Amino acid sequence: MAKPLSFQDLILRLETFWCGEGCVLLQPYDMEMGAGTFHPATTLRALGPKPWRAAYVQPSRRPSDGRYGENPNRLQHYYQFQVILKPSPDDVQDVYLESLKALGIDSTLHDIRFVEDDWESPTLGAWGLGWEVWCDGMEVTQFTYFQQVGGIECDPVAVELTYGLERLAMYVQGVENVYDLDWNGGEGATRVTYGDVFLASERQYSAYNFEHANTDRLLRSFADVEAECQDLLQHHLALPAYDQCIKASHLFNLLDARGVISVTERAAYIARVRQLAKACCEAWLAGEADGG
Amino acid sequence: MAEFLLELLSEEIPARMQTRAADDLERLVAAGLKEAGLPFERIAAYATPRRLALCVDGLPKAQADLSEERRGPRVDAPEKAIEGFLASVGLSRDALEHRQTEKGEFYFATIERKGRPAAEVLAALLPGIFQTFPWPKSMRWGGGRARWVRPLHGLLCLFDGKVVPVAFDGMEASDRTLGHRFLAPKPFRVKHFADYRERLRAAYVMLEKDARIEAITADATLAAKDENLRLAEAGTLLEEVAGLVEWPVVLLGDIDPKFMALPSEVLTTVMRAHQKYFALTDPDGKLAPRFVLVSNVQATDGGGAIVAGNERVLRARLEDAQFFWDQDRKRQLVDWFPGLHEVVFHAGLGSLADRAFRLQELADGIGQQIGAKAKLARRAGQLAKCDLLSGMVHEFPELQGVMGRYYAAEGGEPPEVAAAMAEHYAPQGPNDACPAAPVSVALALADKIDQLTGFFAIGEKPTGSKDPFALRRAALGVIRLILENKLRLPLRALFQAAFRLQPEAVRAALGKDAEAGIVADLLDFFADRLKVHLKEKGIRHDHISAVFALTGEDDFVRLLERVAALREFLASEDGANLLVAYRRARNIVHIEEKNDATTYDGAVKSAALRESQEQALQTRLEEVQKLADAALKNEEFATAMSALARLRLPVDAFFDHVTVNTEDKALRANRLHLLANIRRTLESVADFSKIEG
Repeated sequence: MAKPLSFQDLILRLETFWCGEGCVLLQPYDMEMGAGTFHPATTLRALGPKPWRAAYVQPSRRPSDGRYGENPNRLQHYYQFQVILKPSPDDVQDVYLESLKALGIDSTLHDIRFVEDDWESPTLGAWGLGWEVWCDGMEVTQFTYFQQVGGIECDPVAVELTYGLERLAMYVQGVENVYDLDWNGGEGATRVTYGDVFLASERQYSAYNFEHANTDRLLRSFADVEAECQDLLQHHLALPAYDQCIKASHLFNLLDARGVISVTERAAYIARVRQLAKACCEAWLAGEADGG
Repeated sequence: MAEFLLELLSEEIPARMQTRAADDLERLVAAGLKEAGLPFERIAAYATPRRLALCVDGLPKAQADLSEERRGPRVDAPEKAIEGFLASVGLSRDALEHRQTEKGEFYFATIERKGRPAAEVLAALLPGIFQTFPWPKSMRWGGGRARWVRPLHGLLCLFDGKVVPVAFDGMEASDRTLGHRFLAPKPFRVKHFADYRERLRAAYVMLEKDARIEAITADATLAAKDENLRLAEAGTLLEEVAGLVEWPVVLLGDIDPKFMALPSEVLTTVMRAHQKYFALTDPDGKLAPRFVLVSNVQATDGGGAIVAGNERVLRARLEDAQFFWDQDRKRQLVDWFPGLHEVVFHAGLGSLADRAFRLQELADGIGQQIGAKAKLARRAGQLAKCDLLSGMVHEFPELQGVMGRYYAAEGGEPPEVAAAMAEHYAPQGPNDACPAAPVSVALALADKIDQLTGFFAIGEKPTGSKDPFALRRAALGVIRLILENKLRLPLRALFQAAFRLQPEAVRAALGKDAEAGIVADLLDFFADRLKVHLKEKGIRHDHISAVFALTGEDDFVRLLERVAALREFLASEDGANLLVAYRRARNIVHIEEKNDATTYDGAVKSAALRESQEQALQTRLEEVQKLADAALKNEEFATAMSALARLRLPVDAFFDHVTVNTEDKALRANRLHLLANIRRTLESVADFSKIEG
């Protein structure tokens, strides 16, 4: 049997595949965010009438999911491969299945299923309908037709495909512990695993997220970035304003992981981030209408 | 006769929506055909993960021709009126008839309406149905304007073998469809329903959900039997899985034995709710380390890779569960209590800790009345919501209560308390088992009564079809707990106690005198729920009203005994007769009280009774009242009823021989008092005025 795809080969295959489908290949956004959806290439570009196709890897940070490197499946930092296609093509399911084939997942050997999963992001004021795609019982992709972003109707509708890269790699490599993933396909001394790259990071960041992040400073930062976002919006600078919104969202996630946000406060914080996201989306659309 | 076949091919339809969608399609098309005057012999709708289909058989090829006669203006009417009539019926003057009627000579028109071809009617009917199809959630896709549950890819629409010229959002109907997504993806043409069904089957699609369910059941049972195992009860999972596959292929997988020490509920929850696997049991009824999965493809390697993949996913899930199980057991259940302060139960009704405090007080009170061991119900109330903060319940919310039981037992709580953790959410519906152990019952009642009283107090009563806090289900739970355990537990006092435990702010907002109103509302709500519940058991609502109206009976066990005695009495000849006599007496008294603007409820003057029949009746009434009072006091309702039966002969004799409305005013008044006395005596046992029929 051929050697399974390494983690980096898997990314390369997806990039090559989606490049072939006419996607702009972007690089990760240089900010901490909870999901690839927050990248302005998705959140903002999903809005308005202009066609758009993009693909990129986005590191995703979920502070509460940290397990100090002790859980074989959970990470506070992981990678998503994100594809956004606007308008959603008629044959997008087939194209998606082709992309799995490109990764060596053969639909005559595996049970691939589209299982209902409606997506909603209360912080982005966004929702859509779609599925989680199961491969032999494992969720490998989130497949969503955006209906609203920032509280604004999507017209035309964009489709978002989010591949969970670690899970997909674990599946392709038949590995049960994420840290055992073969990262580069090297042998012996040149072999690098996911653990070599990220185990120390998971330990340190778990300690930071759960124990040491200074909540007073985080709370102050939240208020600061919120104010900054609002100021920038006054100047119709939708893109820098949206960066502040992304920051607010991540600060909220950190505060949540630190356990200092009560249930009632939670809803209020989410509403504050959503307000920023909505205003940014509106400002961006207004800029688009003025010709950028 | 002709056949109509329709298929809407789409991307994957959520399993939970398929059955309803098929029903809706059938209902809407049937109604449309009926309205268009197109009768049919059979109609059936089908749903698979990718298609909604419908077949209507025995349709005429066209609507029947109609002939309608219309009367026009008089022949001597102004020209304008006649022209208007001609325009409205679309005929020329020579096509009209003159006819003599009683009112003069009129024009008559006979309009012949040719029936439209059925295909044309369908082409006009269907777009409206597609555009307004009642999906619970629908979406747009691409740049289109259409809404469907997921993007639509094909419209197959045939009438009598020919394509019906219909379109939906620019998609034209055809005679083509596709087979299974992976096993037979090529398009093919179909001629009619039988052909469609057969070709689908050849293309790895079982059209009928029941066929898929049967295939899964048969194959899974057989596969299990080969290993001397049985399929465990799976509830709605079968239905759900049948909605996830077009071509079910049953496969068996292994559970890593190291996980078999996890609570069986944890194993089955992970398998069923999260992975859609069926659990298997060994001959002793114990969970076996094997599971059934249903694949949607017949894999070229016989399913080896699919099984291996699923086993790996299950292992990862169970690894997580194992982690929570180990972590959670490092602490006592009560250690989570402080955290309950942080969790809001409902904005107006405080935190879960506030609620736990109320449950503890209420359960304690109820426990004392129903013979729960001292202090145990109180402890159960305190711990009831602690497991909500455990890692396992956070990850698998459906295990609430069950984990409480395990963690209570692990922590050395008394077995009654541990059992109450799991049982206090029950009964969840009419078919759910009802707890019987006193501590569990006390906590289950406290849980529901607090919920009902709290939400009533903040004005969140159910209205119409809206019942967001499931209060009807909670009330039914209380009713079942009381009746099935034959608990002598007057509700009024419980509601009062529960009300007094609600947050100070809630009570202050309502004002000083609100308690009585809330309690009365709750009792009314319960009377309605009781009627609904008992109706299913064949007990008439007016019988319940007759008993309930009398005393506002809040002891349901006693209420039911009274109802049973009343029912038996009314079914007897004496009872039926007496009811007639009661109504007669009541009507007369009622009318005369109105005429005389007075009440005849006062005492009868025995000395003034003249006829032997009225004397006998009075004597019997006194006697019966005494007997009935004594019987009621002892809660011997059947005895009270048979005492009433003794009134029948003297009442009948009275009505046969005595005239109430005599000239003698005093005599008349006395007789009316006597009739009022009949009414009063009967109504002391039940409010017979509520009896219908």
